Amino acid sequence: MSETKTPATATGEIAADETLEETIWKEKVSLLDRIPRAISMAFVFAVFIGLWHIATSLGLVSPIILPTPAETLKDIIFVGKNLFSGGYMLPALWITILEVIYGFILAVAIGFSLGVLVGETVFGERAIMPYLVAIDTMPKVAFAPLFVAWLGFGIESKVALAAFIATFPIVVGTAAGLHSADENARMLFKTMGATRMQTLLKMKLPMALPQIFTGLKIGAVGVMAGAITGEFLGGGKGFGELIRVAASQLNTPRVFSLILYLSLLGLALYALVTWAQRRVVFWQKSTAAMNND
Amino acid sequence: MISEAPATQSASTADVYSLTQVGKTYARNQVVALQDVSLTLKQGSFSSVIGSSGCGKSTLLKIMAGLIPPSTGRVELQGEPVTGPRRDIGMMFQQATLFPWRNTLENIVLPIEIRDGRDAAKKAQERAHKLLDVVGLTGFDNVYPNELSGGMAQRASICRMLITEPAVLLLDEPFSALDELSRDMMNMELQRICTEQQATAFLVTHSISEAVILSDDIYVMKPRPGRLAEVVSVDLPRPRTLDMITTPKFGSIVDYIRGMLDKGEAL
Ligand SMILES: Nc1ncnc2c1ncn2[C@@H]1O[C@H](COP(=O)(O)OP(=O)(O)OP(=O)(O)O)[C@@H](O)[C@H]1O
Ligand SMILES: [Mg+2]
Repeated sequence: MSETKTPATATGEIAADETLEETIWKEKVSLLDRIPRAISMAFVFAVFIGLWHIATSLGLVSPIILPTPAETLKDIIFVGKNLFSGGYMLPALWITILEVIYGFILAVAIGFSLGVLVGETVFGERAIMPYLVAIDTMPKVAFAPLFVAWLGFGIESKVALAAFIATFPIVVGTAAGLHSADENARMLFKTMGATRMQTLLKMKLPMALPQIFTGLKIGAVGVMAGAITGEFLGGGKGFGELIRVAASQLNTPRVFSLILYLSLLGLALYALVTWAQRRVVFWQKSTAAMNND
Repeated sequence: MISEAPATQSASTADVYSLTQVGKTYARNQVVALQDVSLTLKQGSFSSVIGSSGCGKSTLLKIMAGLIPPSTGRVELQGEPVTGPRRDIGMMFQQATLFPWRNTLENIVLPIEIRDGRDAAKKAQERAHKLLDVVGLTGFDNVYPNELSGGMAQRASICRMLITEPAVLLLDEPFSALDELSRDMMNMELQRICTEQQATAFLVTHSISEAVILSDDIYVMKPRPGRLAEVVSVDLPRPRTLDMITTPKFGSIVDYIRGMLDKGEAL
């Protein structure tokens, strides 16, 4: 093009009349990493079912130990129909749902209060925390027979065990969260002349929310485990009892499908907590969004 | 040009702060963080403390703010002994410490909300908007802190400090997390705000030039135990401008203080 030009106009010219060379480039991503999530998951699922099918249809595993995928699916549909048509399994599921809900509410109430007591007061930290840590290290399921002995074979003993297991992560999350307030924030509130209550409500608790929700999520998993363990060990009329009976009749497909529906219940509770977290701890979502990018 | 004035000068204006033989020994580790610090701050003056890391600058500021009690000595603010946090003190730290669940406006009116309740905070919103205009954050009132840059967050925290119209500003390295350009800009803004509000300012800094450009008096501290070594008065005319940084006078004051700090380290 033009030969005699000052550098300044030359650069301007290039941008104006030459088509810019494409400098957009992409980071190299391996083929496997480029597969969308849904397809990757479906792929793994298909491989899993395939292996399962091969193992059972070739007679590598006894059908009593492991039914075929088809049998299991048939039973899943059967149980699903029973549940949706209000069959005999629905009341059992309802009992377990109630245990989980009551257990969780109880765990949240007790766990949060204890967490504030332990996280906010020096006395709580010194005098109560050591006991909580000691109990937390115990295998809490071992208390199930005690709860049955104290509260009977009804729903109460299961609620108690579920709450017992789920309380501790909530206490720990709340207490740790209250301690997470940094020195600057504390000093700032002090210079503003904030009362202890104001500091707790306007600073420490909001700051603790992410960790409180972590505790709630662990608790949500624990409450399911507690309710089902309670039903295994303490009888009753819940879903756990259905599983126990099916297993004792060597009805393995039934066991599998019951576990599936139970997992859906657990998943629903977990999703509920996650949803609440998104709404309450809205300022945390930016980091979540970053991870999704 | 440089006068080594004693801490107590003949007062033409009223003393706002007066510290007499303040000392601090941290009980936990028996560290003597401060020893025998006496100083007075005049109404509307700007003073800085400079000294090596760990020589007790933050400790001094916390004692002045009533956040921690001194082990010995006496601190008076406007004639009354300081025995705890006070309404007429505004403080700023190295981190902006905005709360992520409050938008900029709600962060700024937080001190009012805590002192006088939600209704008062609502009424203070108008003033908060004006302060946002002053620091160049117009239109950012509804933005949440994670969407602000470091400099913007620090400017918002200046507004939060000023919303209560404090008579004294205690600043602990407020701009040290910023890049040099925004730091210079913030310093000029700080000077303007202080002049406008006739506030008395006390600044902890590591930057000699920052201290010189802003201050009337610079307190040079020596470590272990932390004590005041010297007071350097800066008689550059006001208002200070960034051009002054290149003047020989500015340079010689900076050199003088640097020499003193180097000596301090050799001790
Ligand atoms: N809470 C505390 N408990 C015990 N010792 C402390 C405490 N805070 C500070 N110190 C000690 O007191 C001395 C002075 O600390 P200070 O934070 O006042 O220094 P500084 O001049 O602000 O340092 P920097 O410039 O690094 O911020 C240090 O030796 C430090 O270890
Ligand atoms: Mg410090």
